[in-house]
Amino acid sequence: MAIIEVEDLVKTYDRKVAVDGVSFTVDEGEIFGILGPNGAGKTTTVECVEGLRSPDGGTIRVDGLDPRRDRAELRTRLGAQLQQSDLPDRIRVGEALDLYASFYRDPADWRELLARLGLADRAKTEYRKLSGGQKQRVSIALALIGKPKVAVLDELTTGLDPQARRDTWELVEQVRDTGVTVVLVTHFMEEAERLCDRIALIDAGKLVAVDSPAGLVSRVDGEQRVKFRPATPLDVTLLADLPEVTRVERHGPQLIVTGTGNLLHAVTSVLARNQIVAADLRIEQAGLDDAFIRLTGRKLSE
Amino acid sequence: MLKIVNTEWKLFLREPSMVVFAVLFPAILLSVLGAIPALRTPDPNFDNQRFIDAYMSSLVVVTLAFLGLNKLPTTVATYREKGVLRRFSTTPVHPARLLVAQVLVNVIAGVLSVVLLMVVGRVVFDIDLPHHPLGFVVTFLLGMLSLSAIGLLVAAWAPNARAAGGWATVVFMLVMFFGGVYLPRFLLPDFLNTIGEYLPPGVEALQDSWLGAAPDPVHLGVLALVTVAAGTVAAKSFRWE
Ligand SMILES: Nc1ncnc2c1ncn2[C@@H]1O[C@H](COP(=O)(O)OP(=O)(O)OP(=O)(O)O)[C@@H](O)[C@H]1O
Ligand SMILES: [Mg+2]
Repeated sequence: MAIIEVEDLVKTYDRKVAVDGVSFTVDEGEIFGILGPNGAGKTTTVECVEGLRSPDGGTIRVDGLDPRRDRAELRTRLGAQLQQSDLPDRIRVGEALDLYASFYRDPADWRELLARLGLADRAKTEYRKLSGGQKQRVSIALALIGKPKVAVLDELTTGLDPQARRDTWELVEQVRDTGVTVVLVTHFMEEAERLCDRIALIDAGKLVAVDSPAGLVSRVDGEQRVKFRPATPLDVTLLADLPEVTRVERHGPQLIVTGTGNLLHAVTSVLARNQIVAADLRIEQAGLDDAFIRLTGRKLSE
Repeated sequence: MLKIVNTEWKLFLREPSMVVFAVLFPAILLSVLGAIPALRTPDPNFDNQRFIDAYMSSLVVVTLAFLGLNKLPTTVATYREKGVLRRFSTTPVHPARLLVAQVLVNVIAGVLSVVLLMVVGRVVFDIDLPHHPLGFVVTFLLGMLSLSAIGLLVAAWAPNARAAGGWATVVFMLVMFFGGVYLPRFLLPDFLNTIGEYLPPGVEALQDSWLGAAPDPVHLGVLALVTVAAGTVAAKSFRWE
């Protein structure tokens, strides 16, 4: 069942169109990713969902509520972690949670929440003395303190080191396992691929595709690449003529063969028949990266 | 609401420079000035009062100006810049409560400061308590609110925390000057003193209620007017992000 419905969302800043007719739905209990390059309009989209910005066009429903008209009620059902938001330098973690808990009728037990987020020993630490990863976890805690049905997390792992990032991913999965629907904004492929049940690809304010990670990848037709260095010169047409092969490129001594089906087997058979030894043979599956390039004509990560 | 005030109060106590300037400084300044014999000798040129008696109202101005025109605008602008106010808007509580809490914290700090000033003045230098207590309390609160409204206006219009600090400092200096903090008011030319009478936080009304009779209702009226006008404009033009 859909808990968030966005239809034809349009948002313009001054004269710049930031979001241009975006529609998608988020099902209850899933981790829904919003993926796109910098400036794509991801934050603007979720801020409209959170009721922090009023759309210039389109309709939004969150758990049956209109985020602008039913603001007050929405606040009790939706928790948000903003892309840019700090706490006062000298507030202690426990104080912040206790304070925010007091804003809700039926808040979560903040001590338990801190323990779950691995911050139990930081309750008396001032906010300014926390590491980047700890600050992000406090942010997640504050987004969850009101026992929301939906949590919107905007770029929660940006600026974290790989270990902290993986820890945070585990946390998001735990949150989902408690029944919370998670909307996750990110521009990390790996993050989206690993966490999300479904992903909305956004580029330049427009929705490019909504699908599961596997579904998006399958749109590039199971394309694969085989890379190797032939030990002796090789007639490239032998490979190019294979039905499985769509393209052969030469990069210095390296050959890159792109194709579909049982590409690896076809290529190695030709090499064996011609008694050519292949050094550094590698095969690469198409990933979300390739899907993104195929769908938008450009690379996601800078 | 009580919890927000309580938290903001704790945050205030953790900023040593704020506590020193807003709460302790006027009493310290009084002690330093009072240590100079000439300043605690009755002066025939000045109604046979001592300098320190006449200077008490200016010391109250120091507290009010610091809280309303330094602490308030910089804290609020910083909260906006760091996204503290925005995070509040994601909860069921409106971020305006945080601004109200700031003003309440300032009232508490201001009361503490003035009480400390009175105690030091009374015990050490034998300075009278305000002769018209009710008038003094009303003037003090109106002075506080009017400067707070101006401070919020600065926070509302300044593009960022740095600018807010800069603009607020200019207003702060003017208020301190007209409040007779830099130069005692009896040394200022008459026309400057007349301006000062009407400017927030109402140094003349503080002076009247301390040394003489009731404050002039016109002075209080002007303070109330400034509070309402600046407060309304600030509320209308305030940006939460
Ligand atoms: N408050 C604003 N005023 C004017 N323009 C804005 C504002 N916020 C965002 N924009 C513009 O709108 C576009 C979309 O911004 P948005 O923040 O939604 O992108 P994003 O996908 O979240 O990017 P990022 O990955 O960098 O966070 C950008 O071109 C940005 O410059
Ligand atoms: Mg963003």
